[in-house]
Amino acid sequence: MTEFTPVIGLEIHLQLKTRSKMFCASLNGSDGADPNTNICEVCTGQPGSLPVANREAIEKAILMGLALNCEIAEYSKFDRKNYFYPDLPKGYQISQFDKPICGKGEVRFEVGGKECRVSITRAHLEEDAGKLIHPVNSDYSLVDLNRAGTPLLETVTEPDFTSPEQAKAFLQHLRTLARYLGVSDADMEKGQLRCDANISMRPHGSSALPNYKVEVKNMNSFKAVEEALTYEIERQSAELAEGRKLATETRGWSDEKKVTLSQRSKEGSDDYRYFPEPDLPVLHFTREFVETIRSRLPELPAAKRARLISEYNLPEKLAGQLVEDKFLAEYFEAVVSELSEWLSVAGEREPEKLKALVKEAANWCAGIFTELLNAAGIAAGESKVTPENFAELLKMIEKSEVSKTAAKAVFAEMFETGEDPSNIVEEKGLKQVSDAGAIEAVFDKVMAGNPKWVADYKAGKTQVAGSFIGAVMKETKGKANPQVVNEILKKKLE
Amino acid sequence: MDFTELTIASAGKLLVEKKLSVSELVNACLERISKLEPKLHAFILVAEDKAREQAEMAQKLIDRGEADSPLLGIPMGHKDIYCTRGVETTAASNILKGYVPPYSATTVEKLEKAGAVSLGKLNCDAFAHGSSTENSDFGPTHNPYDITRVPGGSSGGSAVAVAASEVFFSTGTDTGSSIRLPAAFTNTVGLKPTYGRVSRYGIMAMASSLDSPGPITKTVEDCAYVLSAMAGHDPRDATSSKRPVPDYASFLGQDIKGWKVGVLKEFFSQGLDPAVEQVTRKAIAELSSLGAKIEEVSLPSLEYALAVYYIITPSEISSNLARYDGIKYGFSVEKEESSAARDLLEVYERSRGLGFGAEAKRRIMIGTYALSSGYYDAYYKKALKVRELIRRDYVSAFEKYDLLVGPVSPTPPFKLGEKADDPLQMYLSDIYMTPINLAGIPAISVPCGFVAGLPAGLQIMGPHFAEEKILQAAYAYEQATQFYKIRPKL
Repeated sequence: MTEFTPVIGLEIHLQLKTRSKMFCASLNGSDGADPNTNICEVCTGQPGSLPVANREAIEKAILMGLALNCEIAEYSKFDRKNYFYPDLPKGYQISQFDKPICGKGEVRFEVGGKECRVSITRAHLEEDAGKLIHPVNSDYSLVDLNRAGTPLLETVTEPDFTSPEQAKAFLQHLRTLARYLGVSDADMEKGQLRCDANISMRPHGSSALPNYKVEVKNMNSFKAVEEALTYEIERQSAELAEGRKLATETRGWSDEKKVTLSQRSKEGSDDYRYFPEPDLPVLHFTREFVETIRSRLPELPAAKRARLISEYNLPEKLAGQLVEDKFLAEYFEAVVSELSEWLSVAGEREPEKLKALVKEAANWCAGIFTELLNAAGIAAGESKVTPENFAELLKMIEKSEVSKTAAKAVFAEMFETGEDPSNIVEEKGLKQVSDAGAIEAVFDKVMAGNPKWVADYKAGKTQVAGSFIGAVMKETKGKANPQVVNEILKKKLE
Repeated sequence: MDFTELTIASAGKLLVEKKLSVSELVNACLERISKLEPKLHAFILVAEDKAREQAEMAQKLIDRGEADSPLLGIPMGHKDIYCTRGVETTAASNILKGYVPPYSATTVEKLEKAGAVSLGKLNCDAFAHGSSTENSDFGPTHNPYDITRVPGGSSGGSAVAVAASEVFFSTGTDTGSSIRLPAAFTNTVGLKPTYGRVSRYGIMAMASSLDSPGPITKTVEDCAYVLSAMAGHDPRDATSSKRPVPDYASFLGQDIKGWKVGVLKEFFSQGLDPAVEQVTRKAIAELSSLGAKIEEVSLPSLEYALAVYYIITPSEISSNLARYDGIKYGFSVEKEESSAARDLLEVYERSRGLGFGAEAKRRIMIGTYALSSGYYDAYYKKALKVRELIRRDYVSAFEKYDLLVGPVSPTPPFKLGEKADDPLQMYLSDIYMTPINLAGIPAISVPCGFVAGLPAGLQIMGPHFAEEKILQAAYAYEQATQFYKIRPKL
């Protein structure tokens, strides 16, 4: 039986984060605005209105293009893509046809710890359409033009992906890049990042492109992209195994049914009657201009990760987790700088101590801090916890002033109120107890209440030590110094 | 004082000297409009109340001694493809009947700021498609020199309103002839400025890469005043030029001695009416007696201009008219109770089918075809290349000549209905004008006499952004001949 390999290419639309829309002065970004309130004569296609290209959008497109290692065009232009639809007020979309702003490129990214590369075909600028609203139980649709004219960067990849995981990982990488560059929030759920995929199957070992391709649309999350492509691989493989021919068509992913459904066959190609947009002059980019924009490129995730590993000795995975979110990585480094300042002021020049503290900071950032940020839906920089307070808390742990367990509660409180950790520890009486006498009393109480544990331990089942420590911690509300508890345990039971 | 003899210059003087009030002037125009409109039909809409409001404001400025524009208090009219905020703007097409723009064209704002008083909206061929104003969905405009004849188009209403002294000046647009032809047919002055000299913002697009808004006036001096007010960079029109605007009137009265003037051989081809040729030759002789050196010049690429024009123009039109889809504004079958559409496609098809006239449909068909994949390279792309050759031909001619001259129209004004059923004959009316739009250069039509009682125009063409040279020569010629003084008998 013939084995098949998937051939996958992606078309990604990224809404650019600019002050105004692509071709007019209406504000870009209408989250929560009433329908048709963020509009003007240009983005509603009033007769006589004319577009003017948004410089910020052009610069951001080039910045993104540079991050994708694309060739930046010396000469680029806009074209009209003509078709009728109620969400398209002018009856044409201003897009780019044969002279995209960003040409061929190449991106390296990681999938499951392995490096992968994909070629970029092109990335071009265009305007978004409006939104259609279909009220239930009615025989009409409504049009909201708030979104019409939002700048979009459409990136097209070569059909280089051979698995859904790769496609998903690339898409996530693109999101990370967009956020690093500040060109887009790239939130898939908000439609700021949208992805269509072209997928077909070819015999294993073959390098020719199959004579059909299926375009999959309506994938509104990273998970949906992976699921839809996995589904298509199974569906197409089964069809081919039965000797059936597959046709070029567009299919839509149904998140409820977990299947793709045929939307329309695409045997004849659409004729959009592209022609150069006469209302916009051609764009010329000098080398100096492109270099000026290149100089704005920040440290990109791969470089940042490598640096975190070499500079702070962080494990690869932890460093990877941190750089996934630019703001978190920046925050982490701010905490590190507080910590090293503290150590140098305290006159402690032990590199081992700083290393341990930095690793602890990384764990906290990638762990509880990320959880809290995600739950609150905010970025690291927007949190009420200042890097200074964050570092302060880590110092208190290091100095045994608060137990790790109690510190988590303290941190949650800091996140909520933005208060100083020492104040919270003071107020809530969470200061760590290292007084052996006091802890011993609690320990005795626990021993009395759990004679089975005592017997088990003495019979050699030393793993019950954890239960002892847990119980002591519970009794002391997490305040007991675990090291002291351990010492008492050994003294009493061995 | 004969009211019809007043110009912007002379009326403005009377206003500033307080020998005439703005409302007297406006009222005189409004009276003339109500008297003549049944015969001429230059207006689609007369905005009397708004005009009186603007007149009062202009008078206040004059009374306070703050008159700083030659247009202050001067009655004008806008071609009905200029968007006017709060005032119905239809492009003379049924598909926009009832459309009230939420904004005004940049030029409308500029002229209002200069204090001119708008009396209303002027008739034209629907969406400026045509050369006779017969393509207006609201009925044709009549030539004041012979009301059985057309006034030319597409800015026919604009030319007639000026020729008949209903307003002192008007705005028009020229994509292939639409200012110059009606000016020539009505003994008025019509200037097609350099592409990009006057903002297109807010003016309904015909062919975006060719559309040139400009003025129609009674005299060259008036033309200079209005152009100064209309011209200039507009940040809302990316194709408008940032070049500074000269004070055009300051060039008037200087002689043209020693200027080299080329006579375009291709503009005296077969099909040129002998009588029109005669007045044109006479006009050229007059330029010679004013001191210009006349030479014949040939631009071989001109042969292809009309063909190129009728590929590029409909292509852009087919896209520019796509927005009139019965969804957002204007005519929609959805609003017609008797004919509710079954689905979206039917809304499009029937709204556009009923809303557009025959000429718009013809151009949409041709343009859609020319842009289709498989035909694009053979038609549109090739047309763009030939267009560039035509532009270069003109540019190199202007390295040798100060100006080029020729006739405007190959014939005198024709009878209403004469060419209405023959689009090709109609298109040929523009043969001496379309190359100018393809090249993007400026050109004027200035009255150059009469053929059997019907006006003819001399076309003077200049290099890109050399409107002042054209005006200087046109003024010298006009002052020597004074044909503008022959007003129509109405």
